[in-house]
Amino acid sequence: MDYRKQFPQLEEKPYGKPLVYLDNAATSLRPECVVRAWEENAFRKNANIHRAVHHFSAVATEAFEKTRADVASFIGAGPSDQIVFTSGTTQAINLLSATYGDVAVGEGDNVVVGEEEHHSNIVPWQMLCRRKGAQLRVLPVGEDGAIGLQELDNLIDKRTRLVTVAHVSNVLGLVNPISEMAERCHSRGVPLLVDGAQGIVHEKVDVGALGCDFYVFSGHKIYAAPGTGVLYARKGLMEDLPPYMGGGEMIASVGWEKTEYERAPRRFEAGTQNFTSVPTLSPALELASQMGRGDLDGITGYMLEALAGRKRVHLYGKPSPAARKVPLFSITVDGVHHEDIALILDKMGIAVRSGQMCAEPLMHRFGVEGMLRASFAPYNTLEEAQYFIESLDRAVEMLSR
Amino acid sequence: MSIEEAKAAIVEELLMYDDWLDRYEYIISLGKDLPGLTDDRKTEDRLIKGCQSRVWLDSRREGSRLFFDADSDALITRGIIAMLIRVYSGQEAAEIASDDFLFVKRTGLVDNLSPTRANGLASMISTIRGIAAEAAGEDGGR
Repeated sequence: MDYRKQFPQLEEKPYGKPLVYLDNAATSLRPECVVRAWEENAFRKNANIHRAVHHFSAVATEAFEKTRADVASFIGAGPSDQIVFTSGTTQAINLLSATYGDVAVGEGDNVVVGEEEHHSNIVPWQMLCRRKGAQLRVLPVGEDGAIGLQELDNLIDKRTRLVTVAHVSNVLGLVNPISEMAERCHSRGVPLLVDGAQGIVHEKVDVGALGCDFYVFSGHKIYAAPGTGVLYARKGLMEDLPPYMGGGEMIASVGWEKTEYERAPRRFEAGTQNFTSVPTLSPALELASQMGRGDLDGITGYMLEALAGRKRVHLYGKPSPAARKVPLFSITVDGVHHEDIALILDKMGIAVRSGQMCAEPLMHRFGVEGMLRASFAPYNTLEEAQYFIESLDRAVEMLSR
Repeated sequence: MSIEEAKAAIVEELLMYDDWLDRYEYIISLGKDLPGLTDDRKTEDRLIKGCQSRVWLDSRREGSRLFFDADSDALITRGIIAMLIRVYSGQEAAEIASDDFLFVKRTGLVDNLSPTRANGLASMISTIRGIAAEAAGEDGGR
């Protein structure tokens, strides 16, 4: 089946050129099935969830809770594990920092954060550590972009309360050894949070096999409506935590003297839920399963070879037997500014990302101002990858005269 | 040349090229012709905030007129700031301050002028405007 037809934006022609969308790591394109589901929720099944007794409140509640079960099944979560809906990865991490972090981290404790992390997995922990008088420790990446397990062992001590790391870095595109990291963390009694914003798209996620304690991701990077996100917590970790925000769905009873909170997950879903958008995760994840990898293996092989064959091009995040590469390629080109290339590619119909990609510390690590990133999805084709490389050559040539 | 004449000339020159790549070639050539700044003038306080590439803008006053020099580490940005300098450098501060800068839309280089990280042109414009407004305000106050 031709899945490209599911994504009408692929028919667009910016500046008269067929769109080649290679900014999938920022957000995926939206498929018909997701927009239809959203439309039906808004036009035909609209009602606030969980409270009212009328027909459509029940219909909307059922759709919302079915999605919770679909998400759990997609990532291999068990029936007693928690699936909390958030507005995205950033909110999920902030929620954990404000609840788990608030309880677990005290003065003199430390939190270990990957050097390659997105700002969303750095700043909430930095804020927490400042507030608590705790230390933020950085788990470094090597020259090839891989995380060293030995370094992790060295960084963890008796005062480590959490290790947090990306499943797949949004810049390097390497799959981190999560299950090995989880083992090492657990042997020292430290929980592991995994930022799955990129990982959920390219890896078959089984939280049980990964062994992580928390896994978070955004809906909009995996075809669902923007403003949706997921926080998975292994059973027993969130049940006794205090709420994040107060009001709405999260209460059981309210009195002037005492307020009782709902149990997790609803304790952490304050306010009116995004009941129109959250259920789009169900068709989105189903489509993701159906599409599989498309030609991404072929594309990755081609891209690695093409980039390696260009002397002025530097690729960050090199695959090795220990670190697989997802189809996400961040590069710099000697003597040419990343922004110039991105502007020229744009006019050739190619959407890529340029800049620091919300990972300033990693840019400093590699001593660059920014990078150019091409990130692929299963609906991309080998021809598009070839067109990207040809266009890159042309842009570099134009900028080098 | 007045501000309006300079704008019209630039828009005309740019729109002469049907193909976007040719337009960029032209903008890059404008950037190459820009004298730029010596390294000692590329200071933090001359850096325009909010651009993806680094852009330095220096200004000086001669009477009620403002003169600009600029540089950037990206070629297209350098060409774009060269374009702005061609229009606004040497003009009356009050005229620059009251200009709508909308001609940049007619060049097709940007669709919107909202100041985001990806939209350095908007930051360049607001910086030039700010310098001009300050200079014009000082003149008016005298």
